[in-house]
Amino acid sequence: MSLTEHEVRHVAMLARLAVTDEEVATLRDDLNSILGHIDTIQQLDLASVAPTAHAIPVVNVTRADVVRPGLSREAALMNAPASEDGAFLIPQIVGGGDEA
Amino acid sequence: MSELNLSAFTASEIRGGIIAGDFSAREVAEASLSRIEALDGGVHAFNQVTPELAYAAADRVDHMVRSGAGPDELPLLAGVPAAFKDNMNLIGTRTTCSSRILANYESPYDCTAVARMVEAGVLPLGKCNMDEFAFGSSGETSATGPAKNPWDLGRVPGGSSAGSAAAVAAGMATITLGSDTGGSIRQPGALTGTVALKPTYGRVSRYGCVAFASSLDQIGPFTRTVEDSARALAVISGKDPMDATSVERPREDFAEVARTADAKGLRVGIVRDMLDMEGVQPEVRQSVLDAAARFEAMGAEIGDVDLPTSQHGLSAYYIIGPAEASSNLARFDGIRYGHRAEAAEDVLDLYMRSRAEGFGTEAKRRIMLGTYALSAGYYDAYYGQAQKARTLIAREFTEAFEKYDVLITPTSPQVAWKFGEKSDPLTMYLSDIYTIPVNLAGNCGISIPCGFAPAEDGTRLPVGLQIIGDYFAEAKVFRAAAAFERDLALDVRSPLVRA
Repeated sequence: MSLTEHEVRHVAMLARLAVTDEEVATLRDDLNSILGHIDTIQQLDLASVAPTAHAIPVVNVTRADVVRPGLSREAALMNAPASEDGAFLIPQIVGGGDEA
Repeated sequence: MSELNLSAFTASEIRGGIIAGDFSAREVAEASLSRIEALDGGVHAFNQVTPELAYAAADRVDHMVRSGAGPDELPLLAGVPAAFKDNMNLIGTRTTCSSRILANYESPYDCTAVARMVEAGVLPLGKCNMDEFAFGSSGETSATGPAKNPWDLGRVPGGSSAGSAAAVAAGMATITLGSDTGGSIRQPGALTGTVALKPTYGRVSRYGCVAFASSLDQIGPFTRTVEDSARALAVISGKDPMDATSVERPREDFAEVARTADAKGLRVGIVRDMLDMEGVQPEVRQSVLDAAARFEAMGAEIGDVDLPTSQHGLSAYYIIGPAEASSNLARFDGIRYGHRAEAAEDVLDLYMRSRAEGFGTEAKRRIMLGTYALSAGYYDAYYGQAQKARTLIAREFTEAFEKYDVLITPTSPQVAWKFGEKSDPLTMYLSDIYTIPVNLAGNCGISIPCGFAPAEDGTRLPVGLQIIGDYFAEAKVFRAAAAFERDLALDVRSPLVRA
């Protein structure tokens, strides 16, 4: 399989990555080279093989639903690029009609 | 200034020396820190050095000794200088993953494996340089500049746990922790002449270690001896309620296994088709054959085994690894932590530019690859196919371990290469061809020095032997590795340590 520049831009949008025209061209070439190798996996006949998600059996773990110490608000906010009144500050998402 | 030559001591010798009063833990800290001060300008094994943490830990150990603590009371790794890959949280340090996007990230809590090391009495020297988010096999993708190989500062130390390997090889630390998703502990171990263990998936909690590919990641130690590796594993392993994949296993005295190991009757399989692959340096191939002959001379039973699906391991890995990485790295969006782009128009612009400015080239490549492999229309052909290949690879290993106790391969197809030599991504990826199948299957493997081979310019560089074990068969791996290490008695001190 081979990607076009249009597809590279689509994937970059899915991945939430801003890309320059130059990066699009380089990524297309790099990804196509890597995919060229990866595609050898299509040679394997795996129709009757079950997939493995984890190497060892993994089961859901539950605990009693009781309050216990967790990360403090201060610790949770200490790496925030912007915060206010104990909350993360972000650009406005909804509305915008009644701003000053 | 202390005259202690730390590179001459194992972890148990350092602890023993402190108990016997030969030197104090504070002197050990001073010796390590002055070594880092003298050498790290050239090696760049560290992103951050933490003298205050090292001295505080040393003072706790010295206080215990003064209060009468002896061999039974003093914790297992008391006074042992240690350092941690910069993707592991430790309160009082930044955890940057060698990425611009986390350049100022302060650890809000402790990684379980690190906390267990600290509880065991180690002296935390700092955080080790790495490939950005562990994406790389040479250390060169680090946003802080690459770590150098103590055997030749013009060569890569391997990656992604580049600084963790270099710190041990340069005699700065006795034990460091790395993380291994496709070979990121074992491969730099091979290239720096250190002992490097990837434990079985589930053996060690990953809580507090920044996730790369959650179905593959495992934390493990770099050391100079197999016995130290065994001691470190005993300290960091075990169930942790904060990582649902971690498991409790019956207690085994790994250090005792290493101390008393012999290879008599051990069944050792040479993975023949992997050894005969194209692209393996002839001297590296020969070192593995020599190792097999040595095992036989020690009384082991040697045979050949093929792992044909493992040849496709690289393809499966470069689907599964990036797919999981692209999901894990979605959290870096400039909202709760990390780099945030200035003057964003709206929240989408904020996400896209924060990530574009914060991630390096290889991180972007992997995110793109993973996002593509998971996108509508391609999921079955890539991710689905890779997960099925994984089943076959695991099955091949299980069948091989019905006949053999351990399997041997080279750890890396070649010795340490020069900076900039592998500029093409695919060429770089191929350097993990021997280590990747073990992550996909989830079993354990160690790299130990097995000899030397010349680089193209004649530089004498260490070769790593990979010894692979079945699920939770670390004791067998330690047995084989320790017996081999004792019989070979190789002087693997890097030129920086000999100087």
